[in-house]
Amino acid sequence: MTATQIQSPRSGSTIAPKYRRGGSSRSNFEMLAWLFMRLSGVVLVVLIFGHLFVNLLVGEGIHAIDFGFVAGKWADPFWQFWDLAMLWLAMLHGTNGVRTIINDYAEKDSTRFWLKMVLFTAAAVIIILGTLVIFTFNPCPVVNGVQLPGGFCPA
Amino acid sequence: MPTKPAGTLYRGREGMWSWVGHRITGVVIFFFLLVHVLDTSLVRVSPEAYTAVIGAYKNPLMALGETGLVAAIVFHAFNGLRIIAVDFWKKGAKYQRQMLWVVLGLWIVTIVAFAIRHLSLALGGH
Repeated sequence: MTATQIQSPRSGSTIAPKYRRGGSSRSNFEMLAWLFMRLSGVVLVVLIFGHLFVNLLVGEGIHAIDFGFVAGKWADPFWQFWDLAMLWLAMLHGTNGVRTIINDYAEKDSTRFWLKMVLFTAAAVIIILGTLVIFTFNPCPVVNGVQLPGGFCPA
Repeated sequence: MPTKPAGTLYRGREGMWSWVGHRITGVVIFFFLLVHVLDTSLVRVSPEAYTAVIGAYKNPLMALGETGLVAAIVFHAFNGLRIIAVDFWKKGAKYQRQMLWVVLGLWIVTIVAFAIRHLSLALGGH
């Protein structure tokens, strides 16, 4: 009686090709995306809680929000940078989250592809638009020849 | 008759439902974010355009919507920290269930505090 030969599990050549991992794309992308979700998540908790606190809970809350409120914040590089970081991190975090959901639920290759094309296009438009708005915004516009009032504007 | 699948440590329990909640709140927040960047971008068009559209956020119905949105954000934030603890803390997986109850407790406290402050400001006499 011959002893039963037990293959060592998960060793390369004994696994049928269709069950093998890796294949052609041996990149770290998915691991980096996983890591990014955690790192950006921690930073976003701070950025968004700060954003909500300053905009909704202090002073008059939501009634204080108008053009002058935004202008006052973006006259200060601190808030420009805060909002820029929030925009980029939240959009990348959200886009990667929705990408995962598409990969999970859309079964057809072509459906997955097109849903992701729509997602990435929308994300790129929003990120570029938001970045341009933060940096090309003029907090002291002249409307009909009149300088809008604001303590942060030059007289 | 097919029988109901047996429950497992994960299926139909805290782990699964917190995952469902995380997905749903994530999608809701993402779509709001798209809209919110667009409405904020109106500051670049004109002060009047921005003030007009932001006025839409100031009615009582929207105040309730904002409270719901903040509830979604706070759950996603606290549960996200729980996920990080499960992934990186040695005992995270062991205590994932207890951590979910902590998340839910902190969530309720935060939302009640936020709702009292925000609704009294938003619905208060103006």
